[in-house]
Formats: sequence, structure tokens, C-alpha cells
Amino acid sequence: MEKFVMHQGLVAPLDRANVDTDAIIPKQFLKSIRRSGFGPNLFDSWRYLDIGEPDSDNSQRPLNPDFILNQPRYKGASILVARKNFGCGSSREHAPWALADYGFRAVIAPSYGEIFYNNSLKNGFLPVVLSESQIDRLFHDVLAFPGYRLTIDLQAQTVVVGDGTVFEFEFDPHRKYCLLNGLDDIGLTLRHAQRIRDYEEQRRRQQPWLFDAIA
Amino acid sequence: MLLKTLYDKLWDDHVVHAEDDGTTLLYIDRQLLHEVTSAQAFEGLRMAQRKPWRVDANLAVADHNVPTTDRSQGIDDPVSRLQIETLDSNCVDTGIVEFRMNDPRQGIVHVIGPEQGATLPGMTVVCGDSHTSTHGAFACLAFGIGTSEVEHALATQTLVARKSRNMLVIAKGQLGRGVTAKDLALALIGQIGTAGGTGYTIEYAGSAIEALSMEGRMTLCNMSIEAGARAGLVAVDDTTVRYLRGRPFSPGPANWNQAVDYWRTLRSDPGAKFDRVVEIDASQVRPQVTWGTSPEMVVPVDARVPDPDRERDPVRRDGMERALKYMGLEPNMPIESIRVDKVFIGSCTNSRIEDLRAAAAVVRGRRKAQNVKLVLIVPGSGLVKRQAEQEGLDRIFRDAGFEWREAGCSMCLGMNADHLAPGERSASTSNRNFEGRQGAGGRTHLVSPEMAAAAAIEGHFVDVRRWR
Ligand code: SF4
Repeated sequence: MEKFVMHQGLVAPLDRANVDTDAIIPKQFLKSIRRSGFGPNLFDSWRYLDIGEPDSDNSQRPLNPDFILNQPRYKGASILVARKNFGCGSSREHAPWALADYGFRAVIAPSYGEIFYNNSLKNGFLPVVLSESQIDRLFHDVLAFPGYRLTIDLQAQTVVVGDGTVFEFEFDPHRKYCLLNGLDDIGLTLRHAQRIRDYEEQRRRQQPWLFDAIA
Repeated sequence: MLLKTLYDKLWDDHVVHAEDDGTTLLYIDRQLLHEVTSAQAFEGLRMAQRKPWRVDANLAVADHNVPTTDRSQGIDDPVSRLQIETLDSNCVDTGIVEFRMNDPRQGIVHVIGPEQGATLPGMTVVCGDSHTSTHGAFACLAFGIGTSEVEHALATQTLVARKSRNMLVIAKGQLGRGVTAKDLALALIGQIGTAGGTGYTIEYAGSAIEALSMEGRMTLCNMSIEAGARAGLVAVDDTTVRYLRGRPFSPGPANWNQAVDYWRTLRSDPGAKFDRVVEIDASQVRPQVTWGTSPEMVVPVDARVPDPDRERDPVRRDGMERALKYMGLEPNMPIESIRVDKVFIGSCTNSRIEDLRAAAAVVRGRRKAQNVKLVLIVPGSGLVKRQAEQEGLDRIFRDAGFEWREAGCSMCLGMNADHLAPGERSASTSNRNFEGRQGAGGRTHLVSPEMAAAAAIEGHFVDVRRWR
């Protein structure tokens, strides 16, 4: 997994609540059996004026000039700011894959769909929680100042604004450790292989029917 | 004695190892797999040269992409076909059992798990799909996971997890005639919002829940994720045990009594503490219709489309205006005046035999309205389809001018050929009314099977309680 330690980048504001996973990456693009290549179809139905298909040539498609990511001032943005319940909906990891593939390293919102939140962490893509009022301030500033950038420091658990204001955020210590070190969960878990086997043995004795094979 | 909720019991029973900070390695009894979220997980296993930890704990089926029309010709769309063929070959390579597209047991993953007895009380059940919450109707801890976690569960038979908080939803009284588990679910989401359950596991209890069939309980637990909760639960009772007896993967005679004795312990201890309790009076719930692009944008059928001008919160008002524009609706118009173009009865929320019976009872002897272009009836599994045909339900639907299809997800998300055209409006028994969910530009109204069937006949929404 890609590490996340500290990141400074251009901010793009997506001023909507309940941005769902179908909006992040519409389902016609989920037929891929790869993990990459979803970036050009991130927010597809908002970003383009026509309806995209997996085989469309995206460079030839008409862009929606009103959509925030199509505005020149947000070109190259790597931090997204959004409203509550970002990433609600499905469990598809294609949503963080698409955000990361586009070039985003982090999103800042007041709350998230839970599975999306977990999926993001597994992909070195950082979902940061700040309060509604702090988010209001970020929206205000990013609209007011072209070229607005932020620094996200996972080690210190802070978002640092240009004028030096520091917002602290909470973060799960285990997840932080994994992200800072780019650790793969499966490798970590397999260190407990013997524990898993012991647990299984005990369970097999107590509830043998749970081990009837699907066959 | 320490009093425990049902969720506490299920959680404690599956802890393999817990760190001091609460990070827990949780044992997984059952994984269900489908084509959309598994390919990259199998790929990851191969790249790391790992094998599934317990092959026979897994069951696979293709559901999202499969065509619902004649399958003898295979799949037209090459991208869908590749995804399904990838699942087939991954299952062959690993030895995981898969119900292939032409197997009569094939169907929506959340319908076939319970139908086969692969979902049992006291288990942990995971699947790379958010509606895995459905299975919680059987007092098992069931939740959706992403592809990295699918790979993790395959490789280790565990997941790294943190415990949620406990929420109790008590549904008092009884649902009235023409009011279903779907309406209860939507009314609850209307009350607590789509983020109301975030961070919680919801247990449903109370007289209205006890009276529900397993099908109804699955509908309710299915919608837990739309309320923000990863998992929903209902305690074991006679209804649960009766449903499970004799299913293909249910415990055999040698273990049955022991299993049932254990299952009967799967309920919250009286007096156990919940972090949040929500009450809902089931007798007051009316048939629900969503009007917007989030399941919380819902009102009773005899109400009107809400007016953003009356909303004080600017973010909410903005959301309402956006939704009304997308949906092509005017504030204050009666819900019953909304005309529909297509009707979809299916999805993991409402495609079980009971749903089809309820819809057929409304339709019997009637025909679809002229303005309704298409009515799709998509059973949740091949076995549901067969059962419905034995009962003659397919005739009732066909005589009404409806289409009777093969099992799959179909127009719930429109990954196959079944979807809405831009601007088209549906009455749908599925679970998500997000923008573009049923097809780019499509407009979805979520309702119960009875309400969907009645809308197909009248051409617009009607209150099934008064309409007969
Ligand atoms: S029926 Fe719909 S919600 Fe259910 S698993 Fe299929 S696509 Fe997902």
C-alpha cells in the first residue's frame, strides 16, 4: 500500500452533501477487472455533458463547464473538500480507486459512508474528518483565494491552513500506523496465523455445523 | 452477570485477537462472492502467492451483470462477459463453489445465501457488497466490505475491525393492511436520516418486527445500510428456526438440535444497554414513496412533494432544490399525481417469493396502464422464479402485460441491459434512488412491491390501502 505521511496540495471544493459512490464512479465503469484507470471517469455524470461508456474516448467528450473540477483554477487539485456523508452507498472500492487515480490524495468532510471510509484507508487515500464549522471555513477560503492549498500531516493529525491556523483531527492509531508505514493488512494479520488456527479448532468443537463445507 | 446485546454476543464470539486500542481480528464464518468486487481480490491473492484460507467457507454467484432475458445465447456485452468469466475461472482455480449463470440456484447473492441456508444465526457473514446487511435478519453479524477486505477475508478468514455502537430500533404496534417492511424501513430512514445509523449496528425489535416473516425482516435489514448502518440484526425466534429447517446448507440432523439450542440464545439480554434507542409506532406508518435522490427524501403516499422554501437549513434547501430539479418535480404536487414510465419489481430488497405474491395479489385480473412502457418482474433467484411459476404468479404478471425475467440485480443498478433512459421515471422496489442509479438521467421512486404493482396498473402512484 502507498504510504501517507504528509501531503501539501491544491484544494478543490465539492459543495454537496451525501455524495454517493454511484456519483463518484458510475456503475458502467465497474465492469473493469483492474484496480486502475478509473480516474478519467471520476464523477463522470457531473463532469461530462454526455453519457460515458467504458469504451468512450474521454478526451473527445464535452465537459460540463459548471462542474468544479473542470474549472482551470482547480486543475491539479489533490485535496477534496466535501459535505457530510461523503461516499455513502455501495461497498465498491472503485470509489477510492477512482479518486486516487484522478490524483486526489485526501478528502476532508464532516462524515463519511463507513465502508467508503475503510476502503480509502486501504488505498493510501486519506479521509479526514473536521467539524461542520471548520469545513464551512475551508469552503469559504477555497472560494475566496485562487490557488488555495492545505497541508495534511497524518503524523501530527493536523490540517494546516495557509494563514497558519491548525485544525486537529482524530484518527485510529492502528490505521495511522499502517498508513505511515505503508503496511499491507494481510501480512500483518498472518503474523497471527496460529491464533486463527487455535480459534478455529475451538469453534469446530463447539459449533461443528459451522464447518460443514459449502460443496 | 454482564448484560449483553445481541451485537455484543456476536462480536465477542468472533474475536480472535484484540489489541489494547480496540483493533480486533474478527473471525469470518462465511464469505459470499460476486463478480463486481472480487476480481481484483483474487488478483491480489495471486500476486502475493496466497491461497484461500478455508475454501469451503465461500460461496460465489454472478448477479450484477447477468442478463435477465434468454441466457442460452450467453452475454452480449463483452465487458460484462469478461467480468463473469473472470469469476468463473477464479472459482475453478481456487475450488470455491459457484452457482453459474445457468444453474437454477443462481440469483442475487443476498437472496441465495439465506435460501440455501448458507447464512446461519451466530455467524459472521461478509460480502463485497453493502447490502450484506440483509443477512442480519438471521441474527448473524453480516456486513459489506470493500475489495481489499474481500482479499483479506479470503487470505486469512478474518477481518481487522472495530466494534460499532449499539442502536435499538423498537417498532411498536403492528403495520396496517397494505403497509410493509419496506415502508417501515423507509419511514425509519425518513426519521433518522441516511447518516442516522452511521457508526452503529442496528437491532430491530418490538411487536411489529416479531410479526414479520423472514422475508420482511430481510427487507428491513437490507435497508439498514441506507440508514448509514453497516449491519442490522433481528433476534432468533420460531420464525427464524422454521425458515432454516431443511435448507441445503443448514445443519443436518446430527447437529440440528444443538444448533437450535445455541441459536435460541441469540437475543439481547433484557436490560442490556444500547447507546441509542429509536422508537417508531408501526401502526402509524403509511405506504412510503421517495421523491428525491436520497432514501431519506421520502414521504407517505398521501402527502405532497415538499417545498424547499419551507426549509431553513441552507445546505438541506440546496439539496432539495437540486433533487427536485433532477427528479423533474414541482414542490407541493400530490405524490399520487406523479406518473411513471417504468416499473421495476426486484432487487435484494424485494424479490423474494413473498414480495412476488404480494405484487401478484394487487395485479390479478388487471392490466398495466397505457402510459407505462415497461414493467419488469425480476425474481431474486432461479428457485424463487420456479416457485412463483408453480404458484401461477408468472401468468398473472404476463396477463397484465408485465415482463417475467430471469434472476439477477437487473434494473436495481442497471449494469446489464435493463435500465432507465434519461428523464424516464420509475416506481422501483429497490433500495437506492441516487442520481443515475437505474440509468444515467433516470428518476427513481422507491416503494414497496404492492405500491409498485399498483402504480403499474394505474400509471401513477396510488395509496394501496384505499385502492382495490
Ligand atoms: S439487487 Fe441491487 S442493491 Fe442488491 S446486490 Fe444487486 S445491485 Fe446491489
